Amino acid sequence: MNTELLGIVASFIITLLIAIPLGKYLAKTFAGEKVWTDFLKPIENAIFKLSGINPAKPMDWKQFLKAMMTINILWLVYGFFVLLYQDKLPLNPDGNPGMTADLAFNTIISFVVNCNLQHYSGESGATYLTQHFIFMFLHFTSCATGIAAAIAVFKAFRDKTTADVGNFWMYFVRSITRLLLPISAIIALILAFNGTPSSYAGKDKIITVQGDTVNVSRGPAAPMIAIKHLGTNGGGWFGANSAHPLENPNYLTNMVEIIAQFIIPVAMILAFGYFINRKKLGWIIFGVMMVGTLMFMVPTIIGEVSGNPMIAKMGISQPTGSMEGKEVRFGPMATGYWSTLTTVTSTGSVNGMHDSMVPLSGLWQLLAMMINGFFGGCGVGILNYLVYLIIAVFISGLMVGRTPEFLGHKVEAREVKIAALITLLSPFLIMAGTALSSYMFVHHGNADWAVKPSSWLNNPGYHGFSEMLYEYTSANANNGSGFEGLGDNNIFWNVSTGIVLLFGRFLPIIGPVAIAGLLGKKKYVPESAGTLRIDTVTFGIMTFAVILVLNALSYFPALALGPIAEHFSMK
Amino acid sequence: MKSYIVQAIRLTVVLTILLCILYPAFIAFAGKFSNGNGNGETISLNGKVVGYANLAQKFDKPKYFWGRPSAVQYNAAGSAGSNKGPTNPDYLKEVNNRVDTLLKYHPYLKRNDIPADLVTASGSGLDPDISLNAALIQVKRVAQVRNLDEQKLNDLIAAQTEKPLWGLFGPGARVNVLKLNVALDQMK
Repeated sequence: MNTELLGIVASFIITLLIAIPLGKYLAKTFAGEKVWTDFLKPIENAIFKLSGINPAKPMDWKQFLKAMMTINILWLVYGFFVLLYQDKLPLNPDGNPGMTADLAFNTIISFVVNCNLQHYSGESGATYLTQHFIFMFLHFTSCATGIAAAIAVFKAFRDKTTADVGNFWMYFVRSITRLLLPISAIIALILAFNGTPSSYAGKDKIITVQGDTVNVSRGPAAPMIAIKHLGTNGGGWFGANSAHPLENPNYLTNMVEIIAQFIIPVAMILAFGYFINRKKLGWIIFGVMMVGTLMFMVPTIIGEVSGNPMIAKMGISQPTGSMEGKEVRFGPMATGYWSTLTTVTSTGSVNGMHDSMVPLSGLWQLLAMMINGFFGGCGVGILNYLVYLIIAVFISGLMVGRTPEFLGHKVEAREVKIAALITLLSPFLIMAGTALSSYMFVHHGNADWAVKPSSWLNNPGYHGFSEMLYEYTSANANNGSGFEGLGDNNIFWNVSTGIVLLFGRFLPIIGPVAIAGLLGKKKYVPESAGTLRIDTVTFGIMTFAVILVLNALSYFPALALGPIAEHFSMK
Repeated sequence: MKSYIVQAIRLTVVLTILLCILYPAFIAFAGKFSNGNGNGETISLNGKVVGYANLAQKFDKPKYFWGRPSAVQYNAAGSAGSNKGPTNPDYLKEVNNRVDTLLKYHPYLKRNDIPADLVTASGSGLDPDISLNAALIQVKRVAQVRNLDEQKLNDLIAAQTEKPLWGLFGPGARVNVLKLNVALDQMK
């Protein structure tokens, strides 16, 4: 078999080999059962003691969300000012400037919400202090926030009838001490020994073989790149993200990084099944998500390996596929594999430029982020899927004429309303944003912003439209990848995507936690012959159909104007 | 509510010490034992550092093997791809110009001898590698300029060709341009 194909098959198998036991481990850890990492308890206790937290205190869903929002708002405020004044703070060996207010606004939201759109370039737009104390810190904490919210939902469904969803601080700290920090350290060591810089040395000046003088950006990137993937964050140290040869030096690091960004999303799905003692449900959900992922992945890889038809027309041979925006050491298969996983999960790191991929690859990336429920980000992936489940339960209930039930609780108007609103939120934010930016582009091309609307787009025609659509889709999905040709560092994009980011993050967390909290308080109805069973393949297919129909109805017109039109314009 | 604020502040401070000071300091310490001591691996020629093993640099003189086009002009203090869309007419014209330039310097080539990686910009603008084909088509030119035997250059390239990871995973048949050119300059 071809070594490129073997490389991605091996990456996938290793992911499963890690994620399956990890799922069991997470379920046990958060259920408070005995696990082998219990030796870390003294460290956790010290953290709680120093923070004045009683981790055993029960919380109802409202208290839980209050604690969660309080610390998230704290990071928003504190981080905003650090970014603004980073030039005056220490650890800035390259002398980089502070951020403008609108860029700081966008950047801090983007990192707090686990998105990492990055309208700046790491080499020139951030200091070592901000990279570590703000970006890397939030890489850990935004992921832990998502996991904590998911565990609260798990607990509400496991405990049948309860008001207690668990202690936010407990879940949050444990995600870091038992999961994120130890695995990150291992990944960071692998990276550091494969060529990713880890020291605090600043820029180096060299004279090349041909005699040019070149400055080389460096810095302690290895620890950040590890958690950037593990936590499905995606915000890189360098501008080119994981296409950069120091951020992702060889095929081994490429495998490590792609495996790292996929293990927690997979493990959390399985953990759900183990936690609520419905192992089969976990695997059915995994199956639905995997089918969805393959639906995007297979055509992406085939498209990239076949190459760009427009280049082929020039008479140039493409033995290694479409190469614009790609790196020779990864090849088109690993880049196609990565581009699918980074968009189905909410990572958004890239090892090749999405803007330059063939039009249909862009379609699959967009769809993956629009659906945003196949695996998804750390913790929030399963929450997004839960919303789809509620909708599917509701529709199935209508079809068979029964009161819809979900895991032993009657689903009534209030829960369905919440789920419907969350489902409608995504198309609203994406379409309204894209419509507004298109309007500015057409009618206010000369507006006096850092980048004039008329020069926003790096590509004309359909592809230019896709650049705008992609930016809002990525913001809403908290993904963070981009069609990076877009001139997005100006007040319009910084503010508008900043707002989309906030809504796209917190409402889809608050909604499912509220649904779980509301359902958890209701009387438990034991399953009977009349119950619609959700841990069956039939119901899995039903959910899959609901997801496809909902998203096709919402997004087809926009997709037709972008990547689909571009595809058919290539003759 | 007030207690949450105090707890949030204290927890943020404690976690900052753990995650932003202790963790990276540990990695930085361990990294000292890696190639390049955590600063990035460099390549030397005649005792002088001439570049970073993993970072492309500009080669446009006829006596060297050339690397991939760079959207950032090989500026290692920045990095980016071109982000040109696959159907962008200006972009396609640019690729065509690169093909013409290559044909000018390699009159012995036909268009379909040219592999795409040599006329398309890399993702980072700093891709250190080219495909084996892209190196081989340059042999005749370099041999003529340096007055060398072509076979010798082919052998040199063969020695510099990288294999898939453990012979199993990922693309093989690629060459690090900087290492190749340094080896070329060191040839007797």
